[in-house]
Amino acid sequence: MKKYDAIIIGAGHNGLTNAAYLARAGLDTLVLEKNDYIGGAAVTREMHDGWFYSSCSYVCSMMRQAIHRDLDLSSHGLLLVPYLGTVNFGDQGQRLIDYRDEGAAYNELRRHSPHDADAMFRFQADLGRYAQLIRKTLLRTPPDPTSFKPRDIKELLFLAKEFWSLGEKELYEYVRFFTMSAAEFLEDYFENDLIKAAMASPGIIGTALGVYSPGSAYILLHHVMGDVDGSVGAWGLARGGMGAISNALCSAMQAAGGEVRTGAGVEQIIVKDGKACGVALESGEELYAGIIVSNLDAKRTFTKVVDRKDLPPGIYEKANNFKIRGSSGKVNIALSGMPTFSGVPDNRYINRGGQGFCGSLETMERAYDCWKRGRWSDDPFVESVIPSAWDPTVAPPGKHWMSNFVQYCPPELADGPWTPEKRDAFGQSVVDKIARYSPDFKDLIVHMEVRTPHEIENEVGLTEGNIFQGELTIDQLLFNRPFPGYGQYRMPVKNMYMCGSSTHPGGGVSSACGANAAREILLDLKRPNTVPQDDCYDE
Amino acid sequence: MNTEDRFAGERLRESPFHPRQSALNLREAWSSWNGYKFADYYYDAEYEYFCIRNTCGTYDITPMQKYEISGPDAEAMLNRMVTRDVSKLGINRVTYVCWCTDEGRMIDDGTIFRLADDRFMLTCGSPSVAWLRKSVLGFDQVTVRDVTDETAALSLQGPTSCTVLQQMGLEDIATLKPFGIAHFPFHGGSLMVSRTGFTGDLGYELWVTPELALTLWDVLYAAGENYGIHPYGETATNMARLEAGFIMPDMEFNEALKTVHFEHDHTPYELSLGWLVDFKKPHFNGRKALLAEKQQGPHYTLVKLDIEGNKVADGSWLYSDKACRKKIGYVTSAMWSPSAKANIALAMIETPRLNGSVWAEIYYEKELRYYEKVARCEIKDQPFWAPARARQTPPPPF
Repeated sequence: MKKYDAIIIGAGHNGLTNAAYLARAGLDTLVLEKNDYIGGAAVTREMHDGWFYSSCSYVCSMMRQAIHRDLDLSSHGLLLVPYLGTVNFGDQGQRLIDYRDEGAAYNELRRHSPHDADAMFRFQADLGRYAQLIRKTLLRTPPDPTSFKPRDIKELLFLAKEFWSLGEKELYEYVRFFTMSAAEFLEDYFENDLIKAAMASPGIIGTALGVYSPGSAYILLHHVMGDVDGSVGAWGLARGGMGAISNALCSAMQAAGGEVRTGAGVEQIIVKDGKACGVALESGEELYAGIIVSNLDAKRTFTKVVDRKDLPPGIYEKANNFKIRGSSGKVNIALSGMPTFSGVPDNRYINRGGQGFCGSLETMERAYDCWKRGRWSDDPFVESVIPSAWDPTVAPPGKHWMSNFVQYCPPELADGPWTPEKRDAFGQSVVDKIARYSPDFKDLIVHMEVRTPHEIENEVGLTEGNIFQGELTIDQLLFNRPFPGYGQYRMPVKNMYMCGSSTHPGGGVSSACGANAAREILLDLKRPNTVPQDDCYDE
Repeated sequence: MNTEDRFAGERLRESPFHPRQSALNLREAWSSWNGYKFADYYYDAEYEYFCIRNTCGTYDITPMQKYEISGPDAEAMLNRMVTRDVSKLGINRVTYVCWCTDEGRMIDDGTIFRLADDRFMLTCGSPSVAWLRKSVLGFDQVTVRDVTDETAALSLQGPTSCTVLQQMGLEDIATLKPFGIAHFPFHGGSLMVSRTGFTGDLGYELWVTPELALTLWDVLYAAGENYGIHPYGETATNMARLEAGFIMPDMEFNEALKTVHFEHDHTPYELSLGWLVDFKKPHFNGRKALLAEKQQGPHYTLVKLDIEGNKVADGSWLYSDKACRKKIGYVTSAMWSPSAKANIALAMIETPRLNGSVWAEIYYEKELRYYEKVARCEIKDQPFWAPARARQTPPPPF
C-alpha cells in the first residue's frame, strides 16, 4: 500500500499553502478535503445562474506577498485588485466616505469634525507603528519563552529588539493596546460618533466581542495590518473571487507534484505507538503517511478527529475550552442592478467599493447584547462589498453580487436550534437594515444565500462558524496559539502538526500559518528550509 | 471687458477626445506629449493600471505621431529607412520597427501599418518630419504626409476589450489576429481597428477622423459600461509597458538625433532589439555599423531584472558583487509589479557581465530619511506579464 510522506487534512488556503511547500521540498504530499470542492472558507461557487459568490471570506489584505511571490501565484492565475471607496453609514443617515485622494478624504472627515480630521493623522501613525511590529511576526514561528533552545532565544531577542525600537513611551502604549477595547482606544483620538463607529467596526469583525470589550482594539489592528502592494490597511479583491486564491495555491501545489482528493472527509487520525501515522476516511478507507497535518481548527482537531485515548492528559479539555465562539453571519445577495444609497452620489467610485452599516458605537454594542442573549442582532452591524463592481467575472454584465458580513449572529439560539425559517428571518433582518439606506435595494434582489454560524460550521467545518479558527485575544495569540506549549505547530502527538488559523498568526487569508507550519515540518525532517523566513517587505 | 485669453499661446493643444477626458480627469493631472495636453492619470493611477489587467481602459494615442507614406516607392523607401524587412508585411498587417542613423544608433521605434500595396502608416512617439524628409531623398514616387492632426486614436487595452468591441457591434473582431487590421463602417465614416498596444495584454487600437472622435468615445463607453471601461494615462501606461518588457524613449534610450554625447545613444543590439535587424534584405540605414556591432557584441545589453525585496530600484547602479566594488550597469526603469508581485526593472548591463551575479544598490526613503540596501538581482528571459489571451485568436472569455 502506498504511504505518503505527508497528509494534510483540509484543502483550505492554509492547508494548500502547507502542502505546496512540502511538495516543493520533494515530499510526497496529499491534501484531503471533505467537500467536493477545495478552498475551505476561501472559496468561490456559482450559487445562482451566472453569479459566483465568495461564500465565506470575501476580501483580501493579509495574503503574504512573500508567499504570493515565492509560489508564483500570479502565474497560477491569481490577481489581487485593490478596491476603493468605502462608505460608512450612521444611525441618523450620516455618511462618511473614504475617498481615495488624501485631500478629499481629509475634507470629508472635516465635514464631520475638523478636530477628528486632524486627529486622523496621529491615529494612522500610531496604528501604522503597531501594525509594523506585528507584521514582522507573521511569517515567523513564535518563540517558546520557556525554552532555552538557541533558536527560541534568538527569536525572543528579535522580538525584544523590535519592541524596544518602538521607543519607551510607545512601548507602554503598545502593551496597553493589547488589552484595550476598540472604543476606549478610539476615545483618545476622535469626538465624532460616526468616525468612531467606522474606525471601531474592524474591532468586532469575526469576534464574539463588542466594541467596548477589552481585547477588541487588537482585533481592529489585525484587520488593518494587511496591505495591497505595500499600501498598509488597503483591501483587495481576488479576481474571480476568494476561490481564486485557493485555486492558485492548489495549482502551485500540483505543479510541485502534490495531490488533492475531494469528497474525502477524515474520520480519525490513526495513532500507533504514540505516533500519528495515517488517517481513516469517512468511507472507511485508510491512508498512511509519515506526517499528518491538520488544517482543521484546534477544537475540531482534538475533540473530533483524534481519539481521546491518543492524547496526553489535559489536551482534550484545552481543546474543548478553546475560545472559538461563533459570532458572524454572511448573506450573499445577487442583484439585478447596482443599488443606490441615500445621500451618496451615484458614481463609479464611491458607491461601488464597500459599505459599512455601522451606525454608532452604541448601536454596535446593542447588537452585541443580542448575541449575548442568544439572539441575532435586531439592528446588526453589516459590512458589505460589491465585488462585481470591480470584477467582471463574478456576475453577469450589468448585474451585481453583494457580500454582506453580519455581526452578530449566535451559533445557538436561546429559543431552540436554528431552523430554515429562523435562518431566513435572520437574512431578512440584514436586508431590512440595508434597505434603510438604499431605497431600491429590495427590488433588485434576485437570489440570496443566508449563512448563519450553523451553516458555516456544517459546510466549511469551522467550529461554531468562527471565521478565525479561534478568537484573536491575547490569551490565544503568539506562543499561546492555540494552547500554551503548542505554539510552534507541533502537536502533542508525535508526527502530527497543525497548519490552520488556530495557529500563529491567526485568522485571515494570509497563508502565513500554513507556510510557518511547513517550515517547522521541514526543520524536523532535517530538510533545507524553503519557506520565506521573513516578509522582507517591511524593512 | 477684454475676454481675450492672454495665455492662449502658452496653452497646450487639446485632443479631439479632450471634452470627455477632461470631465473624467478628477485630479486635474495633466502633462503634455508632443504639444498636446495629456493625462498623467484621471482618478488614481493604480486603479487605472488595474483596469488594464482586470477589465479594460482607454489611452489617448492622438498625440502619437502618424505619417502616411504612399506611392509606388513607399515600400522601398521604408525598407531603406527601417531595419526590418517591410516587403514581407502583408496588407492589413502591422509590424514593430526601429530606424537608425548611418552609425547604427537608434533614432526611434514605432509601428508600420500596411494599408495597401503602396500605402503605409508609420507611427512613432516623437515627431519625425525632418528625418522622413531626408529618408525620401532618392525615391521619386513617394509622398509623406503628416496625418497626426487628421487622426484621432484610442488604445483600448485589457481582458474585456474584445467583448466591449463586440458589444459595440464589431462582430467579427474576435477573429482579428495580433498585429492585424480591420476596417468597419462607422457613423458615415470608417473605423480602423488594429490588434496592437503597449501593455502586453489583450488590446486594440481604434482609429477614426477627429470629427468622429466623440462619437467613438460615446459608443465605446456605452458598450463598456458593464465591463469596467475607464481612461488611463501616462502613469498606468508606464507600469503596464514595463511589466510587458517594452522600452520607452527617455527611459531606456535616447533618440540618437537628440543626443549630445555620442556614447549616450544606443544601438538596437544594446536594447535587445537585434531581432528587428534583418541583414538578408537590401541595403538599409546603418547596415554596416549594425553588422559590425552584431559581430563584436554590444557594449551594453538591456535586460529584465527580478530584484529581491520590495524596494524599487529606481536609478540604481548595478554591481557584480554585494560589496559594490565592480560597477557593471544601471537601472533604466523600475517598479513594484502589482500583477506579478515582483520587484522588477529594466537595466543596462555590460554584455560580458551578463552571466555573473548582479546586485543593485538601492536607495529608498522613509519619512524623509534615506536608507540604502544592496539587493540580489536575477536576469529574466520572459516578460513579467504575458497572458496567453494577448496571443490567442479568438481571445478567451475574460
